[in-house]
Amino acid sequence: MLTLTHYLVLSAIIFSISLAGVFINRKNIIILLMCVELMLLAVNTNFIAFSHYLNDTAGQVFVFFILTVAAAEAAIGLAILVVLFRNKRTINVEDLDTLKG
Amino acid sequence: MEIIVFYVFSAFMVLSALMVITVHNPVRAAFFLVLTFFASAAIWLLLEAEFLAVILIIVYVGAVMVLFLFVVMMLDVNLAELKAGFVKNLPVAVIVALAMFATIYFVVGGNQFDVEKFPSPERHAADYSNISELGQVLYTEYVFSFEIAAVILLVGIIAAISLTLRRRPNTRHQKVEDQVAVKSEERLRVVKLESQPRKEERK
Repeated sequence: MLTLTHYLVLSAIIFSISLAGVFINRKNIIILLMCVELMLLAVNTNFIAFSHYLNDTAGQVFVFFILTVAAAEAAIGLAILVVLFRNKRTINVEDLDTLKG
Repeated sequence: MEIIVFYVFSAFMVLSALMVITVHNPVRAAFFLVLTFFASAAIWLLLEAEFLAVILIIVYVGAVMVLFLFVVMMLDVNLAELKAGFVKNLPVAVIVALAMFATIYFVVGGNQFDVEKFPSPERHAADYSNISELGQVLYTEYVFSFEIAAVILLVGIIAAISLTLRRRPNTRHQKVEDQVAVKSEERLRVVKLESQPRKEERK
Protein backbone atom coordinates (compact mmCIF):
# COMPACT_ATOMS: atom_id res chain seq x y z
CA MET A 1 0.00 0.00 0.00
CA LEU A 2 1.60 3.22 -1.13
CA THR A 3 1.35 6.12 1.25
CA LEU A 4 2.32 9.77 0.98
CA THR A 5 5.38 9.02 3.12
CA HIS A 6 6.87 6.85 0.34
CA TYR A 7 6.88 9.73 -2.10
CA LEU A 8 8.10 12.28 0.44
CA VAL A 9 11.01 10.08 1.49
CA LEU A 10 11.89 9.42 -2.16
CA SER A 11 12.08 13.11 -2.92
CA ALA A 12 14.05 13.70 0.29
CA ILE A 13 16.60 11.13 -0.91
CA ILE A 14 16.87 12.80 -4.32
CA PHE A 15 17.23 16.22 -2.71
CA SER A 16 20.00 14.99 -0.39
CA ILE A 17 21.85 13.33 -3.27
CA SER A 18 21.80 16.54 -5.27
CA LEU A 19 22.98 18.48 -2.23
CA ALA A 20 25.92 16.07 -1.91
CA GLY A 21 26.54 16.61 -5.63
CA VAL A 22 26.90 20.35 -5.09
CA PHE A 23 29.62 19.64 -2.52
CA ILE A 24 31.43 16.94 -4.50
CA ASN A 25 31.50 18.74 -7.85
CA ARG A 26 32.11 22.23 -6.56
CA LYS A 27 34.50 23.04 -9.42
CA ASN A 28 32.41 22.11 -12.43
CA ILE A 29 29.62 24.59 -13.13
CA ILE A 30 27.83 22.27 -15.56
CA ILE A 31 27.40 19.53 -12.95
CA LEU A 32 26.34 22.17 -10.43
CA LEU A 33 23.54 23.24 -12.78
CA MET A 34 22.51 19.60 -13.20
CA CYS A 35 22.33 19.22 -9.41
CA VAL A 36 20.05 22.24 -9.23
CA GLU A 37 17.79 20.60 -11.81
CA LEU A 38 17.72 17.45 -9.65
CA MET A 39 16.70 19.51 -6.62
CA LEU A 40 13.85 21.07 -8.58
CA LEU A 41 12.77 17.58 -9.64
CA ALA A 42 12.61 16.47 -5.99
CA VAL A 43 10.55 19.52 -5.07
CA ASN A 44 8.19 18.90 -7.99
CA THR A 45 7.68 15.30 -6.88
CA ASN A 46 6.68 16.60 -3.45
CA PHE A 47 4.18 19.01 -5.00
CA ILE A 48 2.60 16.32 -7.16
CA ALA A 49 2.39 13.82 -4.30
CA PHE A 50 0.58 16.32 -2.10
CA SER A 51 -1.67 17.34 -4.98
CA HIS A 52 -2.65 13.68 -5.50
CA TYR A 53 -3.28 12.86 -1.87
CA LEU A 54 -5.16 16.09 -1.12
CA ASN A 55 -7.19 15.88 -4.35
CA ASP A 56 -6.27 19.42 -5.27
CA THR A 57 -4.96 20.44 -8.70
CA ALA A 58 -3.22 23.55 -7.35
CA GLY A 59 -0.06 21.53 -6.74
CA GLN A 60 0.09 20.43 -10.35
CA VAL A 61 -0.40 24.00 -11.55
CA PHE A 62 2.55 25.04 -9.39
CA VAL A 63 4.69 22.29 -10.86
CA PHE A 64 3.78 23.65 -14.29
CA PHE A 65 5.08 27.10 -13.31
CA ILE A 66 8.21 25.65 -11.68
CA LEU A 67 8.98 23.79 -14.91
CA THR A 68 8.61 27.04 -16.85
CA VAL A 69 10.92 28.96 -14.57
CA ALA A 70 13.44 26.08 -14.48
CA ALA A 71 13.58 25.96 -18.28
CA ALA A 72 14.23 29.72 -18.44
CA GLU A 73 16.84 29.41 -15.69
CA ALA A 74 18.67 26.61 -17.48
CA ALA A 75 18.70 28.55 -20.75
CA ILE A 76 20.05 31.75 -19.18
CA GLY A 77 22.53 29.85 -16.99
CA LEU A 78 23.97 28.00 -19.95
CA ALA A 79 24.14 31.22 -21.97
CA ILE A 80 26.11 32.87 -19.16
CA LEU A 81 28.32 29.77 -19.04
CA VAL A 82 29.07 30.00 -22.76
CA VAL A 83 29.95 33.71 -22.50
CA LEU A 84 32.12 32.98 -19.47
CA PHE A 85 34.00 30.24 -21.26
CA ARG A 86 34.48 32.46 -24.30
CA ASN A 87 36.04 35.19 -22.17
CA LYS A 88 38.06 33.24 -19.58
CA ARG A 89 38.60 29.83 -21.28
CA THR A 90 37.63 28.01 -18.07
CA ILE A 91 34.55 26.85 -16.18
CA ASN A 92 36.37 26.17 -12.95
CA VAL A 93 34.56 27.96 -10.14
CA GLU A 94 37.81 28.76 -8.33
CA ASP A 95 39.16 30.69 -11.33
CA LEU A 96 36.13 32.96 -11.39
CA ASP A 97 37.30 35.36 -8.69
CA THR A 98 37.07 38.68 -10.53
CA LEU A 99 34.56 40.00 -8.02
CA LYS A 100 36.80 39.08 -5.05
CA GLY A 101 33.86 37.57 -3.21
CA MET B 1 1.48 -4.20 -8.20
CA GLU B 2 1.71 -0.45 -7.68
CA ILE B 3 4.26 -0.87 -4.95
CA ILE B 4 6.50 -2.96 -7.22
CA VAL B 5 6.35 -0.30 -9.93
CA PHE B 6 7.09 2.38 -7.36
CA TYR B 7 10.12 0.59 -5.94
CA VAL B 8 11.56 -0.31 -9.35
CA PHE B 9 11.36 3.23 -10.65
CA SER B 10 12.55 4.82 -7.42
CA ALA B 11 15.56 2.49 -7.47
CA PHE B 12 16.25 3.67 -11.02
CA MET B 13 15.86 7.26 -9.92
CA VAL B 14 18.14 7.04 -6.89
CA LEU B 15 20.86 5.03 -8.65
CA SER B 16 20.97 7.28 -11.68
CA ALA B 17 20.95 10.39 -9.46
CA LEU B 18 23.97 8.93 -7.66
CA MET B 19 25.65 8.34 -11.01
CA VAL B 20 24.94 11.94 -12.06
CA ILE B 21 26.98 13.31 -9.19
CA THR B 22 29.81 10.73 -9.30
CA VAL B 23 30.70 10.08 -12.96
CA HIS B 24 33.71 11.94 -14.28
CA ASN B 25 32.43 12.77 -17.74
CA PRO B 26 29.79 15.54 -17.91
CA VAL B 27 28.27 13.96 -21.03
CA ARG B 28 27.58 10.76 -19.09
CA ALA B 29 26.23 12.80 -16.21
CA ALA B 30 23.77 14.42 -18.62
CA PHE B 31 22.63 11.03 -19.89
CA PHE B 32 22.13 9.72 -16.36
CA LEU B 33 20.12 12.85 -15.62
CA VAL B 34 17.91 11.93 -18.59
CA LEU B 35 17.40 8.48 -17.02
CA THR B 36 16.48 10.13 -13.73
CA PHE B 37 13.88 12.26 -15.49
CA PHE B 38 12.38 9.23 -17.22
CA ALA B 39 12.06 7.31 -13.95
CA SER B 40 10.60 10.37 -12.30
CA ALA B 41 8.03 10.70 -15.09
CA ALA B 42 6.96 7.13 -14.35
CA ILE B 43 6.57 8.00 -10.67
CA TRP B 44 4.46 11.02 -11.65
CA LEU B 45 2.28 8.74 -13.78
CA LEU B 46 1.64 6.66 -10.67
CA LEU B 47 0.41 9.86 -9.02
CA GLU B 48 -2.01 10.45 -11.92
CA ALA B 49 -0.24 13.57 -13.15
CA GLU B 50 -0.18 12.41 -16.76
CA PHE B 51 0.12 15.84 -18.34
CA LEU B 52 3.09 16.85 -16.21
CA ALA B 53 4.83 13.50 -16.78
CA VAL B 54 4.61 14.01 -20.54
CA ILE B 55 5.68 17.64 -20.18
CA LEU B 56 8.65 16.55 -18.10
CA ILE B 57 9.83 14.27 -20.87
CA ILE B 58 9.15 16.75 -23.67
CA VAL B 59 10.53 19.87 -22.00
CA TYR B 60 13.32 18.45 -19.86
CA VAL B 61 14.57 15.49 -21.85
CA GLY B 62 13.73 16.99 -25.21
CA ALA B 63 14.84 20.57 -24.71
CA VAL B 64 16.79 21.30 -21.55
CA MET B 65 18.98 18.20 -21.56
CA VAL B 66 19.73 18.60 -25.27
CA LEU B 67 20.80 22.17 -24.47
CA PHE B 68 23.03 20.82 -21.68
CA LEU B 69 24.58 18.29 -24.05
CA PHE B 70 25.21 20.97 -26.67
CA VAL B 71 27.01 23.16 -24.15
CA VAL B 72 28.99 20.26 -22.66
CA MET B 73 30.17 19.14 -26.07
CA MET B 74 30.94 22.65 -27.33
CA LEU B 75 33.12 23.64 -24.40
CA ASP B 76 36.61 22.23 -24.47
CA VAL B 77 36.93 21.47 -20.77
CA ASN B 78 39.90 20.06 -18.92
CA LEU B 79 38.22 17.26 -16.94
CA ALA B 80 41.14 16.21 -14.74
CA GLU B 81 41.50 19.67 -13.30
CA LEU B 82 37.79 19.92 -12.54
CA LYS B 83 37.77 16.62 -10.64
CA ALA B 84 40.72 17.51 -8.42
CA GLY B 85 38.90 18.07 -5.14
CA PHE B 86 36.59 15.08 -5.53
CA VAL B 87 37.94 12.83 -2.77
CA LYS B 88 38.72 15.71 -0.45
CA ASN B 89 35.13 16.97 -0.48
CA LEU B 90 33.51 13.53 -0.27
CA PRO B 91 33.30 13.21 3.56
CA VAL B 92 31.83 16.70 3.92
CA ALA B 93 29.32 15.94 1.19
CA VAL B 94 28.22 12.67 2.78
CA ILE B 95 27.87 14.27 6.20
CA VAL B 96 25.86 17.23 4.91
CA ALA B 97 23.64 15.02 2.77
CA LEU B 98 22.96 12.62 5.64
CA ALA B 99 22.20 15.52 7.97
CA MET B 100 19.84 17.00 5.39
CA PHE B 101 18.10 13.67 4.87
CA ALA B 102 17.81 13.07 8.62
CA THR B 103 16.25 16.50 9.08
CA ILE B 104 13.70 15.97 6.33
CA TYR B 105 12.99 12.43 7.50
CA PHE B 106 12.38 13.73 11.00
CA VAL B 107 9.56 15.82 9.55
CA VAL B 108 8.04 13.58 6.87
CA GLY B 109 8.80 10.19 8.40
CA GLY B 110 6.91 8.73 11.32
CA ASN B 111 3.17 8.81 11.03
CA GLN B 112 2.38 12.44 10.23
CA PHE B 113 1.61 11.55 6.60
CA ASP B 114 0.25 8.08 7.27
CA VAL B 115 -2.69 6.33 5.68
CA GLU B 116 -4.99 7.52 8.49
CA LYS B 117 -4.15 11.19 7.96
CA PHE B 118 -3.86 11.03 4.16
CA PRO B 119 -5.86 8.07 2.81
CA SER B 120 -4.94 7.30 -0.76
CA PRO B 121 -7.65 8.70 -3.04
CA GLU B 122 -9.68 6.51 -5.34
CA ARG B 123 -8.34 5.95 -8.81
CA HIS B 124 -10.11 7.96 -11.48
CA ALA B 125 -12.14 6.29 -14.19
CA ALA B 126 -10.61 5.54 -17.56
CA ASP B 127 -12.27 8.55 -19.22
CA TYR B 128 -10.80 10.98 -16.69
CA SER B 129 -8.72 13.65 -18.38
CA ASN B 130 -5.93 15.20 -16.37
CA ILE B 131 -5.30 17.76 -19.10
CA SER B 132 -8.84 19.15 -19.13
CA GLU B 133 -8.91 19.37 -15.37
CA LEU B 134 -5.62 21.27 -15.32
CA GLY B 135 -6.76 23.51 -18.15
CA GLN B 136 -9.95 24.40 -16.37
CA VAL B 137 -8.09 25.93 -13.44
CA LEU B 138 -5.08 27.15 -15.42
CA TYR B 139 -7.07 29.42 -17.73
CA THR B 140 -9.49 30.70 -15.10
CA GLU B 141 -8.07 30.84 -11.61
CA TYR B 142 -4.39 31.06 -12.52
CA VAL B 143 -4.64 33.02 -15.76
CA PHE B 144 -2.61 35.93 -14.40
CA SER B 145 0.22 33.64 -13.26
CA PHE B 146 0.03 31.92 -16.62
CA GLU B 147 0.64 35.23 -18.39
CA ILE B 148 3.53 36.00 -16.05
CA ALA B 149 5.05 32.62 -16.95
CA ALA B 150 4.78 33.56 -20.62
CA VAL B 151 6.56 36.86 -19.92
CA ILE B 152 9.30 34.99 -18.01
CA LEU B 153 9.86 32.77 -21.03
CA LEU B 154 10.06 35.84 -23.26
CA VAL B 155 12.61 37.43 -20.94
CA GLY B 156 14.55 34.16 -21.01
CA ILE B 157 14.66 34.17 -24.80
CA ILE B 158 15.80 37.80 -24.97
CA ALA B 159 18.42 37.30 -22.24
CA ALA B 160 19.89 34.15 -23.78
CA ILE B 161 20.11 35.68 -27.24
CA SER B 162 21.51 39.03 -26.13
CA LEU B 163 24.10 37.35 -23.91
CA THR B 164 25.51 35.10 -26.59
CA LEU B 165 25.17 37.43 -29.58
CA ARG B 166 28.45 38.90 -30.66
CA ARG B 167 29.45 41.17 -33.54
CA ARG B 168 32.64 40.26 -35.29
CA PRO B 169 34.34 43.19 -37.08
CA ASN B 170 34.40 41.66 -40.55
CA THR B 171 31.03 39.96 -40.63
CA ARG B 172 28.66 41.00 -43.41
CA HIS B 173 25.28 42.24 -42.31
CA GLN B 174 22.18 43.42 -44.10
CA LYS B 175 21.45 47.11 -43.65
CA VAL B 176 17.70 47.04 -43.70
CA GLU B 177 17.18 50.79 -43.48
CA ASP B 178 19.38 51.39 -46.53
CA GLN B 179 17.57 48.67 -48.42
CA VAL B 180 14.19 50.18 -47.67
CA ALA B 181 15.22 53.75 -48.43
CA VAL B 182 16.74 52.97 -51.79
CA LYS B 183 15.35 54.79 -54.84
CA SER B 184 15.08 53.61 -58.40
CA GLU B 185 17.53 56.26 -59.62
CA GLU B 186 20.27 54.72 -57.48
CA ARG B 187 19.76 51.29 -58.97
CA LEU B 188 19.12 52.09 -62.64
CA ARG B 189 21.49 54.24 -64.61
CA VAL B 190 20.35 55.43 -68.03
CA VAL B 191 23.30 55.93 -70.32
CA LYS B 192 23.02 58.05 -73.43
CA LEU B 193 24.92 56.50 -76.33
CA GLU B 194 25.63 58.21 -79.63
CA SER B 195 24.26 56.29 -82.57
CA GLN B 196 26.97 55.19 -84.94
CA PRO B 197 26.86 54.11 -88.53
CA ARG B 198 27.69 50.51 -89.26
CA LYS B 199 31.12 49.82 -90.53
CA GLU B 200 29.88 47.73 -93.44
CA GLU B 201 26.64 46.31 -94.67
CA ARG B 202 25.96 42.69 -93.92
CA LYS B 203 25.98 40.51 -96.97
